[in-house]
Amino acid sequence: MLKRKRDKEVSITSGEQAIMNKETEGLSQSQIVLRRFVRHRAAMTSVFVLTFIVLAVFSALETKIGPVRIPGWWKFKYDELLDLRIQGCPEGIVGCPSLDVVPSFIDGTGMGLGRHPFGQDDIGHDYFSMVMRGAQRSLYVTVVIGFLGGTIGIIIGSISGYFRGWIDAALMRFTDFIITIPTIIIGSVVGFHFGNLGVGFLAFYLGLFAWTGLSRLVRGEFLKLRELEFVDAARVAGASNRRIIFKHILPNAIGVIIVSITLLMSGAILLETALSFLGFGVVAPDVSLGSLISQYQDSFTTRPWLFWWPGLLIITIALCINFIGDGLRDAFDPRQRRRLTKKDKVRAKVQARIAAASE
Amino acid sequence: MIAYISRRLGVLFVILLGSSFILYNLAAISGDPLGDLRLSKEINAKQQIIALTRDLQLDVPPPLRYFLWLRGILGTFIGNPDFGLTRTSKPVIDEILVALPITIRLVTAATIIAIVLGITIGIVTALRQYSRFDYAMTFISFLLYSLPIFWVAVLLKEYLAIQFNTFLGEPTIALRWLIGLSVASGVFWAAIISGTRKRVFMIFGGVFIANFALLSFLSVTGWFANPSLGPIVLGILSVGVAYGVTQLSTGITNKAALRSSLAMAAYTVIAYYPIQWLFEMNSKALIYPAMIIVGFAVAVVVSLQFSKIDRGPIIRTSMISTFIMGLLVVIDQLMQTWKPYMESDAVYFRPIPTIGQVNALIEPGNFWISLLDALVHMFLPTLALLLISFAGYVRFSRGTLLEVLNQDYIRTARAKGLTERTVIMRHAFRNTMIPIATIIVVDFASIIGGAIITERIFGWIGMGTLFNQAINSFDLNLLMGVFLLTGFLAVSANLVADLLYSALDPRIRAGAGGK
Repeated sequence: MLKRKRDKEVSITSGEQAIMNKETEGLSQSQIVLRRFVRHRAAMTSVFVLTFIVLAVFSALETKIGPVRIPGWWKFKYDELLDLRIQGCPEGIVGCPSLDVVPSFIDGTGMGLGRHPFGQDDIGHDYFSMVMRGAQRSLYVTVVIGFLGGTIGIIIGSISGYFRGWIDAALMRFTDFIITIPTIIIGSVVGFHFGNLGVGFLAFYLGLFAWTGLSRLVRGEFLKLRELEFVDAARVAGASNRRIIFKHILPNAIGVIIVSITLLMSGAILLETALSFLGFGVVAPDVSLGSLISQYQDSFTTRPWLFWWPGLLIITIALCINFIGDGLRDAFDPRQRRRLTKKDKVRAKVQARIAAASE
Repeated sequence: MIAYISRRLGVLFVILLGSSFILYNLAAISGDPLGDLRLSKEINAKQQIIALTRDLQLDVPPPLRYFLWLRGILGTFIGNPDFGLTRTSKPVIDEILVALPITIRLVTAATIIAIVLGITIGIVTALRQYSRFDYAMTFISFLLYSLPIFWVAVLLKEYLAIQFNTFLGEPTIALRWLIGLSVASGVFWAAIISGTRKRVFMIFGGVFIANFALLSFLSVTGWFANPSLGPIVLGILSVGVAYGVTQLSTGITNKAALRSSLAMAAYTVIAYYPIQWLFEMNSKALIYPAMIIVGFAVAVVVSLQFSKIDRGPIIRTSMISTFIMGLLVVIDQLMQTWKPYMESDAVYFRPIPTIGQVNALIEPGNFWISLLDALVHMFLPTLALLLISFAGYVRFSRGTLLEVLNQDYIRTARAKGLTERTVIMRHAFRNTMIPIATIIVVDFASIIGGAIITERIFGWIGMGTLFNQAINSFDLNLLMGVFLLTGFLAVSANLVADLLYSALDPRIRAGAGGK
C-alpha cells in the first residue's frame, strides 16, 4: 500500500518536472526569476502594499529639496499646533481619531476621514502627519542602511572570497572585529551623542556597521563559484580580475545577495525603531515611528490610537519587506518547485495528448 | 585540533583588544562624565569633581587611559582582576556579577521554550509542506519576525496582565470566550492533522466539543481559582506521555520501551502521596536533588527489568518519560501553591505583575511560593522574548529539514524499507539538528546583551539596564565592563559553534579549511 503510494509520488514528481521544464523553455534566467516572483502571491501583494505606503508617505507632507518646495497632499504639517478635537470623543478624552469606517446604515454617521483621521497627540499636533513624518524617517534610515551595508558587504565579501589567502584572512578578521561590537551599542553611542546631527548621520553610521553578515555570505558564495569551470574559461580568455568578479561571479551570486539585503533592511527598520525607542535614535522635535511609540506607550489605556498607528505601520513595512525577500528567495532558487495547481495539471495533460496525437 | 583552537583563541584575544580600544575612545570622546557636575550649583561640586577625577583617572587622555584600564583587566590572568570603578565609586565587577544572573534568568527560559517550540513547529510545517498549516505558520512567523518587541510588550502588559488579572480575580469564563477559545483550538488541530475535507471537519468538531466541555467544566467548578492536577489526571497525563515519548523515541512497537515508560507512569501515581508528604515537610533543600536522582534511578532499574537486549534506547526512553512526568508533578505542586499565593497580602488577587523581577513583599522561606513568584514575574518578559525569537527557529528548522529530506541518504533509508518514523526521527531529524545546534549557541550569546529593551520595559535590572545606565551617565568603566562580557561571549560563541559543527558533522573538520 505504502509502496504504491510512493511510486505514484515519483511519477507525479517527474510529471511536475516536465511541466516546469516546459514552462521555462526558451526563457533567460532573469525572465524565469521574474516569472517565478510574479507568481508568488504574498510577495506580489507585498510589493503593491509597500509601493503604496512609500508613495503615500513621501507625498503626504511638504518636501523641501534645497530652495524647491513640493507641497504635500495632506493639509497639516507635523509640527503645527492645532485646536484639540473634543466633539464626538468619549468623556474626558480629547483629540480622538475622526476616522470612521463604519458605514452609516449601522451607526448612523457616514464613513469618512474627518479632520484628524489618526487623532491628535496631547498638545494638538495632527497625528496623521506625525505618523507620516515618522514613517519617512524610518524608511529613509532603512534604505540608507540597506544600500550602504549592501555595498560594503558585497565589496568586502567578494574581494575576500575571490582572492583568498592573506587578504581573505585580514578582511575576515576585520569582519569579526566589527561583529564583536554589538550594533545596538554602536547605535546607542552614536545616536546618543551625535543624535542632534540628524537622521542622515545616524543612518550613515549604522550602515557602516551593518554589512558583516552579508559579507560572510558573499564570501562563501565566491569561494564556491570561483572553482567552477566558467570562471576558468573567463580567465583563459584573458579577463581581468575585476571583470571576473563583477561580470562573471557576482551575477551568479545575486540571488543570495538580494535576499540577504532585504533581510538586512527589515532588520534595519526594527533597529532604528528600537534605538529611537531607547532614546538614542531620532530625537525631538523630529519624529520616527519608534520614537512615537516610545513617547506614547504609557497612554495606551487612555488614548490607544497614539500607540496603534505607528506600530501597525512598522509591522506592515517590515512584513512587506520580509515577504518580498521570501518571494525573491523562492524565485532565485533553481531547485524550488512551485506547487502545481489543478489547472497546470489539466493543461499538461492536454498538451501531452496533443503531442501524442500529432505523432 | 589543539593548534587550531589555540590559534583561534589568539585571534579572539587580538580582536577583543582592538575593538575594546576603539569603543573606549569612541565612548570617551563622545561625552564629558563631569559635565553635569561642572554645571551643578552645589557647594561640594568642586570636591566631587576632584574625587571623581582621581578615582576614574580622568586627567589622563583617553588613549593612554585605555591602557591603564587594560592593565586592570589583564590582572584577571594573575588572579587580581580590576574592572575599575563606576561613577558612583562601586567596583564594576560587583555590579556585573549582580546583573548577569538576572539577565540569564530572563533569557534562558525564553530561549529554551523558543527552541523547543520553534523546532517542533518548524518540523511539522516541513513535513506538511504546502498545507494550510504550513501557510498559516509561515504567515505567523513572518508577522512575529516583523514585530517590534517594545510594541508587543505594551500589548502584553495590557491584555495579559491587567485584563487577565481581572479575570483571575473572578475566574469564570464568559460564553463568547468559551466559544472563541474552542474554535481557535479546533482550527489549530484541524490544520495540523489535515487530510480530506470530511476528516478536517470531524477533527474540528471533536476538538471543539472536547475543549468546550473541558473549559466549561473547569470554569463551573472554580478550578481556575484553586487549580491542581491530582493523582488521577496526573496518571492519565503520564500514560499519554509514556505513549508519546515511546512513539517518538523508539517507536510504539518496541514493547519493552513502552512497558518501562508505562511502569514509570504507574510509579508516578504511586509515589504521588509520598511526594506530597515530602513537599509538605519543606525541610531541606537537599531533598529536591535527592528526589530527582531517585526518580531517574528507578527509571533505569525499571527499564533494565523490562529489557533483555538493546537496553540503551529503552533506558533513554524511560528517562525522558520520567523527566516529563517529574515536570508534571512540579506543575501540580505549583498549581496547589496558586491559591495561597493569590490570597496572600502581597499579591491579593493581582498575580501577574507588569514590572520587576520579584515581589519584595513575599516572605522568603517557602520554596514553592518563592518559585511561583519568580515564575509569575518571568511570565510576560519571557513571552515577549519568546514571540520574537521563536519565528527564526521555525523558519530555520523548516528550511533545514526540507533540505535534508531531499538528500540521497533519505531516499536510501526509505528504499531499504525503514518506517517513516525511523526515517524522520533518526535520519532526517538528527541531521537537521546539526546546523540548528550551531545557531543556538550564537543566538544565546547574543541575547545576553540584546535583552536591553525587554529589561527596560519590564523593569528588570540586568545587563541591559547597566549598559543603558552607562551610556546615559558617560560611565566609561561600566560600559567597557558590559561590552567586554558581551563581546567575549559573542566571539567565543562563534568559536564554540565552529567546533560543535565539526564535532557533530564528520564531513567537516575544523582547521582543515584554514590551511
